[in-house]
Amino acid sequence: MSDLTGIDDLPKSRRSLAQTLELDTRLLGMIGAFMMLCLVFDVITDGRFLTPRNIFNLTIQTVSVAIMATGMVFIIVCRHIDLSVGALLATCSAAMAVVQTDILPNALGLGLGHPMIWIITILAGLFVGTIIGAFHGWLIGYLTIPAFIVTLGGLLVWRNVGWYLTDGQTIGPLDEIFRMFGGTNGTLGVQASWIVGAIAAGLAALAILNARRRKQAHGFAVKPVWAEAVMVLIAAGAILGFVAVLNAYEIPTRRLARMFEARGEVMPEGYTEGYGLPISVLVLIMVAVAMTVIARNTRLGRYIFATGGNPDAAELSGINTRLLTVKIFALMGALCALSAVVASARLANHGNDIGTLDELRVIAAAVIGGTALAGGVGTIYGAILGALIMQSLQSGMAMVGVDAPLQNIVVGAVLVVAVLIDIIYRRRTKDT
Amino acid sequence: MKLFKILATAALGAGIAFSAANAETVVGVSWSNFQEERWKTDEAAIKAALEAAGASYISTDAQSSASKQLSDIESLIAQGADALIILAQDAQAIGPAVQAAADEGIPIVGYDRLIEDSRAFYLTFDNVEVGRMQARAVFDAMPKGNYVMIKGSATDPNADFLRGGQQEILQAAIDGGDIKIVGEAYTDGWLPANAQRNMEQILTAQDNKVDAVVASNDGTAGGVVAALAGQGMDGIPVSGQDGDHAALNRVAKGTQTVSVWKDARELGRNAGEIAIALAGGTAMSDIKGAASWTSPGGTTMTAVFLAPLPITKDNLTDVIDAGWIAKDKLCQGVTNGPAPCN
Repeated sequence: MSDLTGIDDLPKSRRSLAQTLELDTRLLGMIGAFMMLCLVFDVITDGRFLTPRNIFNLTIQTVSVAIMATGMVFIIVCRHIDLSVGALLATCSAAMAVVQTDILPNALGLGLGHPMIWIITILAGLFVGTIIGAFHGWLIGYLTIPAFIVTLGGLLVWRNVGWYLTDGQTIGPLDEIFRMFGGTNGTLGVQASWIVGAIAAGLAALAILNARRRKQAHGFAVKPVWAEAVMVLIAAGAILGFVAVLNAYEIPTRRLARMFEARGEVMPEGYTEGYGLPISVLVLIMVAVAMTVIARNTRLGRYIFATGGNPDAAELSGINTRLLTVKIFALMGALCALSAVVASARLANHGNDIGTLDELRVIAAAVIGGTALAGGVGTIYGAILGALIMQSLQSGMAMVGVDAPLQNIVVGAVLVVAVLIDIIYRRRTKDT
Repeated sequence: MKLFKILATAALGAGIAFSAANAETVVGVSWSNFQEERWKTDEAAIKAALEAAGASYISTDAQSSASKQLSDIESLIAQGADALIILAQDAQAIGPAVQAAADEGIPIVGYDRLIEDSRAFYLTFDNVEVGRMQARAVFDAMPKGNYVMIKGSATDPNADFLRGGQQEILQAAIDGGDIKIVGEAYTDGWLPANAQRNMEQILTAQDNKVDAVVASNDGTAGGVVAALAGQGMDGIPVSGQDGDHAALNRVAKGTQTVSVWKDARELGRNAGEIAIALAGGTAMSDIKGAASWTSPGGTTMTAVFLAPLPITKDNLTDVIDAGWIAKDKLCQGVTNGPAPCN
């Protein structure tokens, strides 16, 4: 999310100042709520919530749902819904588990541990996810079956296709390189994390400058230079601060000792090493940037928001809304597959229950993040922040020791209240 | 902007239930699905054992999700747990969690369900012994004759552990020709209705020449007794396990010989004590009663197997004293039965 504060200010050229302000206050409100939540948990848990370790845990726990939530934004913006994402994740995960533990090593004779297995597996997973998503899109767009029904059916179908593919068995351990996408098993290390952080901060600054230049070129009013400088500082500070926190979480000594042992070396006395940026978080950041660019800077993105705002007008103005539906559902399917990679790699196994109830978490994340079910409105960074808020709420309550039923009661209530506040907020800002 | 106020209020309100943090030893328990009623009994026993030793209890509930259980355990570790008790949702997918705990040097007690990892201590009831106890009780009541074996679900490895234990006891008598196994059937999904159907078919095939039935649990025993009652044969020796209330009532009535009872409180107490011992630096092999055991998956583990308690008409008072069942429920419809129903 730290990246997005920078991207947030990219192309405001087509929006009026009032709209720009509305967008900003909304995001600020959400960030404020999130920080408040973290602080409250931190106080209750005697400062255990905001440790590098827990922040590291939180980010890797959020990734799988957050990746899918970015796709769900497009779906909901287009006035559709996808109830099958958790089930689709299970099918993709099952397919990838079978591919990497059985088909590639045995049927194709690559043998276990072949260095090509992970990439072929992920491509196969993306293929499966995209095809199934596109099929959903075709049923919805061309055969005009409501998305609710298609994906409700899909929820049952794909969960059980996953079951069928694996006979309900837990498949594992998964390929060693593949497992690096899970979080703890694949981090960049301190040095590489700083490099990535520095590059990201540089890109964010460049993006802000570019936006300013483009506005000037079109003769729009721009913020004063000091304001832009502050924005650059905030973006860079957030990115580098995030990297610093992840770097501060040190790999447990026993784990380090084992890593040295595996290399046939002896660990020097008092040696420490930080985890750094997990690969899964890097994947999420890349997805977030790509999806934001699609939403704002491509024709596909403009069509999506135009169709969501007014489907009839969009169709009359020549947008092929049917093909568009196929495209967004195919994209959703691909993102489900990517989430499946992260989720199964984290468990180092494919389990039959993987992704259960994820559809609810994903929809909740998108909605808490400000995506309106009426269509036409939604942001990628909002959905990711929504996912982070949901996960923090859940982890925080688990850490505090709140009873399981109470946890779900709170999460459910927060979902409804967040949407209510959003509705009131939108109404007020439009009235005044 | 109001959002944060409400979030904060919600979090504060929910936070009342949090536990004291700075006690000597902290034991974290990760439940797989607390929705099932039985684990409440276990939890109370674990808590009592920890309290007695001055340790504190923190817990999470994975709500039947292997992924959530991994997050839960990371959270328990982050809260400073010195030992973990884990009721695993998935014997394999729990692997990364075991890894994380091992990295921190935190010992793990695998509670009731197997964790396929030699770094986890395994605590459960001895299922082979349950089978032995079932066969022993039936054999004592009927040392000669035609036996029927009603087994559990074919997909559950426990079904075969039980059957193995039963065979051990009966083997000598079978070799000597005193006992003849005239029928044997798996029960799909452990369902009483399937057990009843299988039993009816065996009775028909054997022309009712059956003298005793070794059923693998109380549910299947219920089906067997119903089938026997249909032929007016109820009262011949029948075994079971779990201490189901209906089964204990049958024991009081005399239609079931034995229900082997696994006292959850015993399991919980032992888990608490073992966790504290391991947290204190005791080696796994030095735990009282610990033995090396090879899992069906080929992992060599250190384990404690608790002995279950066979409940027959002679010791029905035990389940009343333990508070497991109320007397009026146990003795429902029993007149002049064994103690305490007389």
